[in-house]
Amino acid sequence: MNFDLNKTQQLLQESAQTFFTRECPITKVREIMESENGHDSALWNGIAEQGWTGLTLPEEFDGLGLSYVDLAAVSEEMGRACAPSAFLATSWASALIAASGNADLKSKLLPDLALGESIATVALQEDGSNWDSFSIQMKAESADSGVTLTGTKRLVMDAAVANAILVVARKGDDLIVAVVDPSAEGLEITPTEGMDLTRRFYQLVFSNVAGEILASGEAAENALKQSIQTGIIIACADLLGGMDWVLKTTVEYAQSRQQFGKPIGSYQAVQHQCADMLLLSESSRSAAYYAAWALNEGDDEANQAINIAKAYCSEAARVIGNCGIQIHGGIGFTWEHDLHIYYKRAKSNELIFGDPTHHREKLAQLMVAE
Amino acid sequence: MDLNLTESELQFRGELRAWLKESLPKEPIVSMGRSDADYWNKLRDWQNSLYEGGWAGITWPKEFGGRGTTPIEAAIFIEEMAAFDAPERVGVIGEGLVGPTIMAEGNDEQKEYFLPKILDGSHIWCQGFSEPNSGSDVASLATKAVREGDDFVVNGQKIWTSFAAVSDWCLLLVRTDKDAPKHKGISALLVDMKSEGVSVRPLKQMSGDSAFNEMFFTNVKVPAKNLIGALNDGWRITITMLMNERTNLGPATYIQFKKALAELIETMKHKSSGGKRLIDDPINRQKIAQIQMELEIFKLTSNRALSKITNNAVPGPEGSILKIFWSELNQRLVQAAMEILGDEAQLQEFENGAWAYRYLRSRGNTVEAGTSEIQRNIVAMRVLGLPRSY
Repeated sequence: MNFDLNKTQQLLQESAQTFFTRECPITKVREIMESENGHDSALWNGIAEQGWTGLTLPEEFDGLGLSYVDLAAVSEEMGRACAPSAFLATSWASALIAASGNADLKSKLLPDLALGESIATVALQEDGSNWDSFSIQMKAESADSGVTLTGTKRLVMDAAVANAILVVARKGDDLIVAVVDPSAEGLEITPTEGMDLTRRFYQLVFSNVAGEILASGEAAENALKQSIQTGIIIACADLLGGMDWVLKTTVEYAQSRQQFGKPIGSYQAVQHQCADMLLLSESSRSAAYYAAWALNEGDDEANQAINIAKAYCSEAARVIGNCGIQIHGGIGFTWEHDLHIYYKRAKSNELIFGDPTHHREKLAQLMVAE
Repeated sequence: MDLNLTESELQFRGELRAWLKESLPKEPIVSMGRSDADYWNKLRDWQNSLYEGGWAGITWPKEFGGRGTTPIEAAIFIEEMAAFDAPERVGVIGEGLVGPTIMAEGNDEQKEYFLPKILDGSHIWCQGFSEPNSGSDVASLATKAVREGDDFVVNGQKIWTSFAAVSDWCLLLVRTDKDAPKHKGISALLVDMKSEGVSVRPLKQMSGDSAFNEMFFTNVKVPAKNLIGALNDGWRITITMLMNERTNLGPATYIQFKKALAELIETMKHKSSGGKRLIDDPINRQKIAQIQMELEIFKLTSNRALSKITNNAVPGPEGSILKIFWSELNQRLVQAAMEILGDEAQLQEFENGAWAYRYLRSRGNTVEAGTSEIQRNIVAMRVLGLPRSY
């Protein structure tokens, strides 16, 4: 048993850290946050050149065919930098296509996505849906060359810069996933600003929009589930990087900030919060990397590991953010300080792909079934 | 990263399981109270059969009669013992704390005499560290030893000593230089518990049992050859032992907590409240899932810490949080169980008083082997590099 990253995984992570330190310092993050679509082509192309857009995709579709542990190692560095990009949206969409079993669309769409020449996103959430496929109600009707879609999707990431949108809908009783061209007639894309300006959300209103079926029925259910698991690995690793940054920044501040003639980090009330932050971040690390490994192995416990990682990392990052702001005091509450950028990113990671309550209930279902 | 057990780890586990199936006592060894001599004799026999089977002191180097196992194999051992409900190991302080100290600090004579007796169960050990006025601040200890001819003469009191009532020997921390700074006047003595002037009084805990004791030393003569390490160098030895104590308490707890949680879930499937099975209540489900999460993460972090020690020979930051994690997790586990099970859970007749006992016993977890506050101080200062607060 060896829990450490192996040599090549360590090198991959180091190169990702170097890349984001160089290409995406926090000044750059702020610049992208203020841009219209929260997207920077140069940064995106850089990520693509590293091959990370195709990290876990099969080599036959121009991917690197690496593991979820490698994906976590790179995603952690994106989180540490708080890098704004369509990486999460595109990786989710690519995973959904890769798991769909649709050979034609796989060869048509995956190579461009793997090489980063194309950006894609998934339109899943609706008013009243809860990350479970059964809660998806949007209507798909049969049409000549596929389906037509009518309804409203919410919280769709990076739709304004996507070249393809994967829409999850219901055709009769069957769940389907359809590929839609963002410029298709009848589709209206409206930005809905969230807390986290490093990740953009949109509302999509569909009125008889034409789509091509990627998967339907059980295949769609399974592909959706698998792709969400990929998304959770990325989100958890992103949280890990952010937690590390907040902890490090807070400890440095506690060492240098003086009050009552001493560094505030010499007071136990502050020390114990810092110790708890370490406890939470290290525990999250165990959970996130185990989930990545178990998913890759197809381990029996992968489902449980994913629920645990998502619930735990989400809450840990929130508490670490709370402590970080508290220990920084007034400066931690300002726009000028970078803490809020991480704090908000953690919040959006917490809520996407199911919040802790959702995953605890999923976990309870597995526990009771045993 | 590969979390599968290696071939040799699997083989180790296989051998151990096969041995346990053969050699476990046919009937559980049940205590009729801590003074039950028959109970302790049976536990000594169990220690001896571990020794005969080659399963005593497994982490010790082969030259000292151990197996030279890796930290991961050692954790597998502790887990399997717990999974098989194997009896308590009376040799645990000798094997885990005193033996390694004698190996590192003792002279040849001490090694030759003491080490085999730890392994075969003929010596049960205790550690005399804490005193009534020296808890978290162990280095302030006042029990004194004065050199008189070939002996040290020891006077003082120790407290919270596990196994003291049945121990044959004690690794005792004493002050040998009262004028030196507090960390520089401490020595470690190996004390025969049958010496004249040693008396032991069990302490009754709030949970009703007596796992800890008070020890009184009145003009106890300890031969000078039983000094371990150099005179006044006892603090360094203590630090090493305390670190071992904290890591040793971890692995078996995972299995114990897991069994407790499994029992809770079983009960929840059969017990109802307000016409609804406890297991069907969404709030109860949130609570057990939270415990399961933390329990699995505890296990994962333990494995990470073991893996780090195996790869780098030094513990990483993850090891330092384990004591805080499991002790507080156990308190959350029993709190959740009491909330879920309702008013009956306080009764002795409910599941043989198991939950009432666990609930009360868990309060000690954040105090024993270094309070949570001390653990957090250590994390802040040694791992995060924050300035000393005292």
